[in-house]
Amino acid sequence: MPSKLRLDPIACDGHGICAELLPEWIRLDDWGYPIIDPRRVPAHLQAHAARAVKECPKLALRLVEQRAEHDTTG
Amino acid sequence: MGRLLVSVRADSLAVSQAEHVNRHGPLPLGPDLISTVEASGLRGRGGAGFPTAQKLQAVSEQRGRRAVVVVNASEGEPASGKDRALMRSVPHLVLDGAVAAAAAVGALEIVIATSRGARTERARLATALGERRERVRWRLETVPNGFVVGEETALLSALAGKPAKPTLKPPYPYERGLNGAPTLVQNAETLAHLALIARFGSRWFRSLGSEREPGTTLVTLSGAVLRPGVYEIELGTRISELIAQAGGPSEPLEAFLVGGYFGSWTRDASLRLTTAAGLGAGVVVALPAAACALAEGARVARYLAAESADQCGPCVHGLRSLADGLEQIATGRGGDRRQLERWAEQVVGRGACRHPDGAANFVASTLSVFEHECADHLRHRGCGRRDRGVLPVGAHDA
Repeated sequence: MPSKLRLDPIACDGHGICAELLPEWIRLDDWGYPIIDPRRVPAHLQAHAARAVKECPKLALRLVEQRAEHDTTG
Repeated sequence: MGRLLVSVRADSLAVSQAEHVNRHGPLPLGPDLISTVEASGLRGRGGAGFPTAQKLQAVSEQRGRRAVVVVNASEGEPASGKDRALMRSVPHLVLDGAVAAAAAVGALEIVIATSRGARTERARLATALGERRERVRWRLETVPNGFVVGEETALLSALAGKPAKPTLKPPYPYERGLNGAPTLVQNAETLAHLALIARFGSRWFRSLGSEREPGTTLVTLSGAVLRPGVYEIELGTRISELIAQAGGPSEPLEAFLVGGYFGSWTRDASLRLTTAAGLGAGVVVALPAAACALAEGARVARYLAAESADQCGPCVHGLRSLADGLEQIATGRGGDRRQLERWAEQVVGRGACRHPDGAANFVASTLSVFEHECADHLRHRGCGRRDRGVLPVGAHDA
């Protein structure tokens, strides 16, 4: 079961539809770009999360099982 | 004290391979370099301070395509000059490190990425490459000048002939890097340390520095000191000791910027310069008391906003807003410090790379360390001091 929302910030254009569909987990910053709760999306919101993913006009949002955590930058 | 810079010639020409081998001995290419590097505790000197052995290991474990080594010598930070200093004076140390790293990860191709402005450095590397006899394929490449170009994925994009902009991770360069091959991207100074660790081992490396942060590091010191330049210091050296090495202050000092433009300000000259203390790529700037810290900071904030790759909304808009707000305070036109602090928090972690995080950190540090100056500017419409141009924002040009 996919459980976290992950945003591609390069693809995102700040349409803001996701925040309307899932206000419990996504809010918009002062410039209209989504700030996403990094925790697992609870079961009762999964269907709404899936809708937010589907409705994003830039396909910038995904539901993923887990995040790759290590970054070797530097 | 010097390790990397010990063989630098008095006439500042490049050390030839013969002189280099005479000084340090031949480069051994043993199979256990990765474990030696791990035991040495070497961390990347490009800014992020990532353990070098972990990167080597990650690339060496990739199956399928043959790995590539990329020497990140782009040094896009305007206040940094240490990688250039290495390439100009001891190019073979950097090349040795690249060869040792290539052997460790099974790479046969080494790409050296230098910025457009680094003409002297490129010429010296070309001469040095002509003296080498390894069975590796060398490529000496030019990438655009620019702050973000040094970010690993942006660098790889530039080397692949695409715009020098960061890409979304994963995939990480160690999985899929230059033209899809597993790629080890290492800063030039990191490789120079590697060249000496391969020769003298981990205990030797650890004989300077501290248990937690072993070894020496290069620092580019600028600002109001008598002899600005590149210094090699033991990790854990105090700012005051570094300043003393540089002949002391050239006028009364106000504060120090540690870690460059992703770094932080401090007024504490007894601060020990470590990765944990935010030394980053080793930039230290001594700000004179006669300069307006807020005007200097606002100019850097504007530069960082302009250096955004223009890809991620929070970076494009957030950094512009931060620069606008800091400029407003600096020029005595009012301003809202609390809102700037909130914005600085808000952009963290929201770009494809760490550019917004670093820029926001710089602004947040400027607001907090110069809190009284902010209040003064808000109340008295400025401070009467001016921007002295202590913090450089232009590209290097050789």
